[in-house]
Amino acid sequence: MSMPPVIQTEEIATARHPMAEAWEMFRGNHAAMVALVVLTLIMIIAAIGPYVYPTDPFDMVWAPFSPPGVDGFILGTDYLGRDLMAAIIHGARVSIVIGLAAAFMSVFIGVTVGALAGFYRGWVEELLMRVTEFFQVLPTLLFSMVIVALFGASLPMITFAIGIVSWTAVARITRSEFLRIRELEYVTASRASGATNAKLMFQIILPNALPPIIVQAALMVGSAILFEAGLSFLGLTDPNVVSWGQVIGSNRQYILDASYTVTVPGIAIFVTVLAISLVGDGLNDALNPKLRQR
Amino acid sequence: MIQPLLKVQNLRIELTTRDGIAPVIDDLSFDLGAGESISFVGESGCGKSMTALGIMGLLPEKIGRIASGSINFNGEELTTVSQKRLRAIRGNDISMIFQEPMTSLNPVYTVGEQIAEVLRAHQGLSKAAAWNSAIELLDAVRIPNAKRRVSDYPFQMSGGQRQRVMIAMALACKPKILIADEPTTALDVTVQAQIFDLLNDLKRQTGTAIILITHDMGAVAEMAERMIVMYAGRGAEQGPVDQIIDHPRHPYTKGLISCVPHIVADLTNERNDLTEVAGIVPPLREFGQDRCLFASRCSMVSQQCLDKRPPEMKFEAGQSSACWHAEAV
Repeated sequence: MSMPPVIQTEEIATARHPMAEAWEMFRGNHAAMVALVVLTLIMIIAAIGPYVYPTDPFDMVWAPFSPPGVDGFILGTDYLGRDLMAAIIHGARVSIVIGLAAAFMSVFIGVTVGALAGFYRGWVEELLMRVTEFFQVLPTLLFSMVIVALFGASLPMITFAIGIVSWTAVARITRSEFLRIRELEYVTASRASGATNAKLMFQIILPNALPPIIVQAALMVGSAILFEAGLSFLGLTDPNVVSWGQVIGSNRQYILDASYTVTVPGIAIFVTVLAISLVGDGLNDALNPKLRQR
Repeated sequence: MIQPLLKVQNLRIELTTRDGIAPVIDDLSFDLGAGESISFVGESGCGKSMTALGIMGLLPEKIGRIASGSINFNGEELTTVSQKRLRAIRGNDISMIFQEPMTSLNPVYTVGEQIAEVLRAHQGLSKAAAWNSAIELLDAVRIPNAKRRVSDYPFQMSGGQRQRVMIAMALACKPKILIADEPTTALDVTVQAQIFDLLNDLKRQTGTAIILITHDMGAVAEMAERMIVMYAGRGAEQGPVDQIIDHPRHPYTKGLISCVPHIVADLTNERNDLTEVAGIVPPLREFGQDRCLFASRCSMVSQQCLDKRPPEMKFEAGQSSACWHAEAV
């Protein structure tokens, strides 16, 4: 019998890139794919909607309480006769921008805190994790209400208020990933080839810690949108900028007489947050190696 | 006599454990000349890897520390040098390859990026120049089709190929010393032989001194000129490989050698049963006691062995053995 042939490089190189595999996994998740399509549509509406549908959401364009579909207003008008369709389309932008910006801010704070704590350990970790726990036990809605109430209800301040109360989960996830990865051999190998601490943290360990952080960030966009809606509902919002939560808030007195005025923006929030959650869930399944073994 | 490249004197490394402080390296001294290859042999838990990490300044933080002794590299005292200088030395003058090729490459970067990174950090090469060097290095460690494989990710390579990439990375800056910590333990035997051939060739070409850490006597015979047998954190025996295999002066070395079938087969025609060194390495808390730590497993044990730590007995050609009965072995 002859010897088996030496394995050629081509044969070994058929192993697939982890990202390609993750995409394959994500594509197999129907709910996540539908959600991704819906989310993309919402993004497109937020981006170009106001140009396509330029009606000012603050203009009183018709009689108040005109129900959806009547008099040419697809979603009807609110208690001041303002077009709800315009509010949904123009408000999408604010809701999504606040959602993304607040999520970005909490990822930024959370990753920095978690990375420093997980990498340096010792007193740095003690200190940072105690601070994290301090923020964790604060009643989040109340705390952000206080911030907005004290410093004014501008969009940047609302974003800040949401970001500052929701970074703790990211910090804890990042820390735990750092604790795990810092002990792996390739980190020691990089250290042995002369890498500085900053490089080890952000170039070697962080990219490997990203998958769960990405998932958490995706889910956080959804919760930030909810948070903004909650604050707006309570009236803590910039009165000159329309957002979905603000529409619900300003129409809340008429919830019994004209329920569609709060239902319509409510559905918009519901669909968006659900889509983000499903996409986040799909990402979680796709990026989590433990679920990948089929 | 010319100054050795690396001179380790009376090195003592302590680990803080639950039972207190244990000397995992206890009074170890050795020299390494330029271009020489030396081998550390011993069972798991004898302090071989700790020696390597100690030289690199990579002892586990807050747990391990160099308590006393000196590590002199090319006139520089590594035990007192600044962290910054140490980082400049690591990967550039002294580099290291690890036991597990499957996990010692970063999974999120291509092998080319990882090799190029070392070159850019230490030699200040441009991105393009470093990338080209990476291709040359992959070629030098005999990865077929280096030009294409350079942009592969580690998961696209086999274990042997990854270990070659590690070697390419370690040799990228033409270091003066390469520390190989059980480089072939995770690889199968045929690949082991290829890796050793490669290391030998590269050593001849670059003049890099090699410290090989292994528990495989066969690897020692193939790779090293001199060997140091470690037991429980202490040097048991040192000397030229041929001479030690021919006539070990420490019962532990003798035991290790008789465990390897093909070395015995060369010496005798009859088929002896494979022997083993009965017992296990003492627990860390017993390290550092003033007695021979091998005594509990030794067939030649006497009262003297239990009372006092044996001194180094010198033999011809630089062979030395820390055994009270070295003459009799």
